[in-house]
This record gives sequence, structure tokens and C-alpha cells, in this order.
Amino acid sequence: MTATATMVTGAPRPSKPNTRMRLRVRNALIGWSFILPNFLGFALLTLVPVIALFYISFTNWNVFGVAHWTGLENFRRLLGDATFKTAFVNTLYYAVMHIPLTLVVSLGIALLLNTKLRGVAFFRTAAFFPYITSIVAIAMVWNLMFSPDYGPINQILRFIGIADPPGWLTSPQWAMPAVVIISTWRDMGYYMILFLAGLQTVPRELYEAARMDGANAWQRFVNVTIPCLRPTTFFVTVMLTINSFKIFDLILVMTKGGPGISTMVLSQFIWRKGFEENQFGYASAASVVLFLLCIVVTILQFLWNKRGSRA
Amino acid sequence: MSTILEAADESATATLLSAPRGRRPKATTPGKRAARLIGYLAMIIVAVALLVPFFWMISSSLKTSNDVFSVPVRWLPETFVWSNYVDIWTQTNLLTWIRNTLVLAVVVTFLQVLTGSFAAYGFARMRFRGRDILFLVYIGTIAVPWQSYMIPQFILMSDLKLSNTLWSIILLQAFGAFGVFLMKQFYETVPEELSEAARIDGLSEYGIWRRIMVPLSVPAIASLTLLTFVNTWNDYLGPLIYLRNPNLWTMQLGLQSLVSNTQDQNFALMFTGMTMSVVPIAIVFLLGQKYFVEGIATSGMKG
Repeated sequence: MTATATMVTGAPRPSKPNTRMRLRVRNALIGWSFILPNFLGFALLTLVPVIALFYISFTNWNVFGVAHWTGLENFRRLLGDATFKTAFVNTLYYAVMHIPLTLVVSLGIALLLNTKLRGVAFFRTAAFFPYITSIVAIAMVWNLMFSPDYGPINQILRFIGIADPPGWLTSPQWAMPAVVIISTWRDMGYYMILFLAGLQTVPRELYEAARMDGANAWQRFVNVTIPCLRPTTFFVTVMLTINSFKIFDLILVMTKGGPGISTMVLSQFIWRKGFEENQFGYASAASVVLFLLCIVVTILQFLWNKRGSRA
Repeated sequence: MSTILEAADESATATLLSAPRGRRPKATTPGKRAARLIGYLAMIIVAVALLVPFFWMISSSLKTSNDVFSVPVRWLPETFVWSNYVDIWTQTNLLTWIRNTLVLAVVVTFLQVLTGSFAAYGFARMRFRGRDILFLVYIGTIAVPWQSYMIPQFILMSDLKLSNTLWSIILLQAFGAFGVFLMKQFYETVPEELSEAARIDGLSEYGIWRRIMVPLSVPAIASLTLLTFVNTWNDYLGPLIYLRNPNLWTMQLGLQSLVSNTQDQNFALMFTGMTMSVVPIAIVFLLGQKYFVEGIATSGMKG
């Protein structure tokens, strides 16, 4: 964070500590007055709920009763809850597929767009399109496209000779891969923009120098592009991880967690316990797990990044 | 946490949308020509994969309901049923949904831009104790998924009797860290000398914000406006939790109801509804594409 210039430089230099003090207070008051309108909303709708979350997770609050402190009871219950375990594993499974796939695809498209080929402008617009489209429309169109019997995807698969194409969203094994395909399709334009921005900061001279040294395209990619993109890749990975752990709306519209609970993720477990079964305390304990998962993994990534950039 | 800013800073660039530098190279060697061919081929394949669902959506919106799932796939309607676009207005509450969504999108965008740019000035240009910590708290919430605190937030809103009113969505969306972050990134690129000169001329801090920073930051405001508008228009979970009354439904909830509620599943009408929800956003996007891309590249965040 860069330090910004102060008012003090513009104002006459105060002679007495008393005046300086008053100026400091005045500065703080003006500063706060700028931040306050936004901060009030931010505090009420984000900070207060986050703090309340931790309290509620230690209670047995439901919609009828009063909250009683039950200590770690909710967390103990989570450990023995098979549905929760499935939701947790599914979330990780989704993340493990979605993160590398999106990284590779969006970087690939960014590289393609960074060339001097004709038509890149149109292509860039097309790549970004899914990201600005409503999740409900996307989910429905893809649901129907993936429809096992009469959806276009399986019709095409049969046409090219796959006699028994997967049941996609109706099959417990194939539902999650289908969700990953769709979410990658949706997100790649967004991450592509970040990579494209990163690519354009890579100094041209480095490529020239590498070419002089006889490096081929692949060597230039590995030894120039990848190292120079490091900050971007790091940032994209952090955002991608958080966004993977909190995946929800797409799954809710597409599969509702099904078939069975084969695509149920953490967010949906929280949703079901909280809004469908009104177990606020128990749902909050699961929320704390999601919260910590995101925070801890983000911190680990930052530490990892620091270590790597020092080496 | 400041690394996140550096990363975003480094990825920020104004040249994103400019044409690639240098003149178009003439393919001299067969190798180069082959590489270009592969490049075009890859581009065409990806573009088809990207656009086919949209094509199918629009094409289906003009079919008869029975024709939507014909085997084999029929990519174009046999007869164009333009009346779907008339029926959608009479057979559904499309007008109500659009009105609610527009009200939300406009109010949220206005509040987000106003309070966000105001707060950003405080963070970027004022120096006082606790400022940096406070900003860290703002940034830190990027790593906190909304899904993890939606329950306490819902309880709070219900206690405030705001649940099941449009106000709940307005409050939910209008005060995010996103706007503050994006505007602060921009304000820090404005030379301090400008405000310094204004200060000597006797302008107050509020005056500097209004007369210097706001006019200078029109591109950033455009980015924030477009991103917020699209996000509010497309938001599904917020309205799903808070807006139970069908008269308050937004476009997304309405679409969802088209799928789940109709007994006689008119698939064509469903696709018509989807097209109607996607087209306004597509137009907004095409008009303001530059600002979208720059907004995302500078902030590195979703709204």
C-alpha cells in the first residue's frame, strides 16, 4: 500500500503541538466522514454477520427456540455427519478438477489472443460472453444440452461413434464432471482477461533476447512467459480457489446437489441445514468450516508464494 | 495481503484493448504458416464451443415447444415462431420481473458508485490512524465467501424486518468492498499535485473529490457501473433467499419459475425468457466492453 501525501504538506506548518494535534483530529474526522457511508453498510451487512457466525456456531439455535450455548457440540456432530463429509469431499473434488482446468484453458486462450492473428477482437468478446450471462439461463441451456437422450451433446457423441455416451447430470459419476465443464466454460473468459493483462506486461525485449539465444517457442514460453506471469498466475490461483470452494448457484440450478447427493457441496449443505431445515446453529458450524477453509488455504498460498519468490 | 494489491497492480494495464503491437507478419516459412493455421483452428473451435449454447438458446426460443428436442438436433427452427416473443409478455409476469430487476440494478449501482468512490477517496488520499488496518479488513473480505455468512445475515435482515422487501437486496449488494477497491486503485494513479494545487486554491477535501477526482475517474466509474449493473441483474442467490413474494421476483427468479412451475412445460417459451434475460446484458456489455475489461483487469475481482 503506498503512503499518500497528507494535508499537512499543504497547510501552514503548525508551530505548537496543540495545533498539530487538532489538525490530526481534523484529518481523521474528514477521513472517516469519507469512509463512513460505505463502512456503515459494510459493517452491518458483512462484519456483524461474520462475527455473529462464530457465536451462532456454538449454539443450538433454530427458528423456534432461543439460542443455547452448546460449545463444540455442532462441530462434533459435523464430524459424524456422512452428508457433510460427502459435501466436503465433493467441494474438494470440484476444486481439484476446476482449478487446473480453468488455469490451463484461460491461459491458453489468453496466449492465443496475444498473437497477431486476425479476428482476435471478435474472439475476445466471444470468450467473455458466458461470464456476463445469467447463471440461471446458462444452467438451463446446458442442462438441456447435456440431456442424456435428446440433448445435442449426446446426439453428437453418438454421431461420432460413441454408442453409450454418459448420462451426465443424471449419473452420479458424470454429474460433477459436467458441472466442472460448464463452470470452466463460464469462468474462463474472466480469468483470460487477467492473464491477457499479465501477458502484456511481459517485456518484448526478453523474447527477443531468448530468440537470439536460439530458444524455440516452447522454451520461450517456459523460460520467459511463465516466470514473468508469476504474479498474475498467483493472483488467478487465489481467486480461482476461493471461487471454487464457494461454488453454489450453478449447482443449485443445475442439479440441486443430485443425483442423490453426488454433487452436493459445502455451500449447499449450509443452505439445506440453514434455510430448509432451519437449524441455524448447525448450519453456522458448517459455515465456519467453509470460512476457515477459504481463509487458511488463501494464507497458505500467500506463504507459499512468498517462499517461492524468494528462492 | 498487500501482495494481492501488487498482483492486481501488475496485471493492470491500459493497453488491454488496443490492437497487438507491430505490423502483421508475413508468414514466410512453412513452419510459421502451419503455426498460424493451428492458431486459427484453435480459435474457431473455442469460439464455436463458446457460442453454440447461445445460438441454441436463441434458435430454440423461435421454435414450437415440441421442436425443441427433436432427434436428430435441429439447429434452426423449422418454422420461426415469432409469437413466442409476444406470448412471453402475456403468459408470464415478465414485466414485473424486469421492473423489479431494473429498480434493484439502478439503485444498487448508484449507491455502490457513490459510497464506493467516496470511501475510496478517504482510503487513497486521507491519512489517519487505523486507515490501513481498516482497508485490510475490506480487502480481507475478498477471501470470505458470502455463502459462509449468509445465514447470520439473513437472521439480521429478518430482525430488521427487511426480508421480503427489495431493500434487502439493495443493502446486500450496495456496500461491497469491490467498489471501494476498484476506485481506490484508480485514485492512486491520479497525481497528488492536482489535489495539492486545488487545496492551495482553497478547495476542501469534499470539493476536491467532487470537482477533481470524480470528473477524472469517469472511466473507472463506468467500469464500476457496468460491473455492478450486470452483477445485480444476474444475481440469483440473494433474491432467492430474500424475495419470497412473487410480486418482488427478479428476472432470474422468474426464469427459474418458468422451468419449475409450468405444468405443461412450454420449453420454447422458457428459451424465449432466457433470451430476454440475456439480450439486455449482452447489449450493455457490447456497448461498454472496454470498461468491463479494464475494470476487471485493474481490480482483479468479481463484483
